[in-house]
Amino acid sequence: MSEQGRNRAIDTEEWIRRRAEEIAAAGRSAPRQARDPVNTAMINNWTEAFSDADPRYAPGPDTVAPPGMIQAWTMAGLHGARATDDPLGHIIAALDEAGYTSIVATNSDQTYHRYLRVGERVSSATELTEVVGPKRTALGEGWFVTTKTRWTVEGEPVGEMRFRVLKFRPGSAGTDDVETGNHPDIIDARERSAGTMRPPVSKDTEFFWEGTKNAELRIQRFGTELRHPPGAMGREQPDAEPDWIRSTGKGTVYSYVVHHHPKVPGRATPFVVALVDLEEGVRMMGELIDVDPDTVHIGQQVEVVFLRVTDDLVLPAWRPRS
Amino acid sequence: MIGTTLPALRVEVTPTVVISTALATRDFQDVHHDRDAAVQRGSKDIFLNILTTTGLVQRFVTDWGGRNCLVRGVSIKLGVPCYAGDTLTITGSVQESVQEAGEEQYVVAVSGTCGLGEHVRGTVRFAMEEAE
Repeated sequence: MSEQGRNRAIDTEEWIRRRAEEIAAAGRSAPRQARDPVNTAMINNWTEAFSDADPRYAPGPDTVAPPGMIQAWTMAGLHGARATDDPLGHIIAALDEAGYTSIVATNSDQTYHRYLRVGERVSSATELTEVVGPKRTALGEGWFVTTKTRWTVEGEPVGEMRFRVLKFRPGSAGTDDVETGNHPDIIDARERSAGTMRPPVSKDTEFFWEGTKNAELRIQRFGTELRHPPGAMGREQPDAEPDWIRSTGKGTVYSYVVHHHPKVPGRATPFVVALVDLEEGVRMMGELIDVDPDTVHIGQQVEVVFLRVTDDLVLPAWRPRS
Repeated sequence: MIGTTLPALRVEVTPTVVISTALATRDFQDVHHDRDAAVQRGSKDIFLNILTTTGLVQRFVTDWGGRNCLVRGVSIKLGVPCYAGDTLTITGSVQESVQEAGEEQYVVAVSGTCGLGEHVRGTVRFAMEEAE
């Protein structure tokens, strides 16, 4: 990035932070009433769509609404506009202007103080609590926006929600040039692997495949917790944002199979697939190459190798370590 | 109660499910009902909206807990999108009990996976009402 470009990026960041502060300082929006009171028509549509047979939601004198419907009551609707003092609308507009035009919801944390009854009219009020960025995510560079909404019925609090969205610049993920040349640590296996099925790549796993392209074996990390296969959140630290560490690539065979039949595209039979205990403490699957299947054994020491399958796909595999 | 594994909930996420639940939650974003628009925006297909995932996770607990199970909170984090044509499988178990709002509440840790991997992870809190 040129110095001019860098300065512009910093200016934009500062502008977004300033807007976020202003919007947050304006506080909670005025309570906005739902278009309709809690009603059986919407409850019926919900229970049918969700195949939810809970008898409490069925029409009758004591009908209550599914708690998870709370947000639905105060959604704006097909042609609805956000309230002029809705902080989420303001921060979305600011981020749109700064080029972060796409949006995806990432977290919803709802609390229900009680069940809602037919005829009650819910109001919602929202405040902006946090704007964090810019972050490089698998979807692209973006900002995490957190709001807090409070639902009331005639002033009585009935529910709350912490809601987080990612506003991102589409197409800005993986901006590093794709390495198509031969990295010294990557074995060209294009010919031998022709026809190999491509792994699905998601926003949770993209960092892993970016790593293999550069002969790096990466392990997902949430706070202090390592996780493989990668996922959306940590088991022990569910609020931690994911990053990754680079593995030494050294491990031991925990289990393996020798595959004879049927034929698999991109593999010559027989071949060995091994589940390996890495030094870092996670288990990872891969083909074990350069080995006589009869000599493979549990506890065998192996190390990672990288196989280029296509110009933009590099698979990790294992080979015996002497 | 604590340690109990709930019966898995398997949902065939047909286009009808994606669309009818999006509209039932009053979410009219085109990526939840218009396949062409979803593809144009870089998605493979239409996909579940977050309010629906919340509703399904809630149903996962009340299907098991019955009419005395009072849901007090649903906290979720989304992972990979769940597209039309996917099968969403929600699993979970009761992890702990907490004192909250003057009652004993139980915390269920849930996870839902579909074709691309983990779609949702989170917790559901509930209290048990005294049976009549």
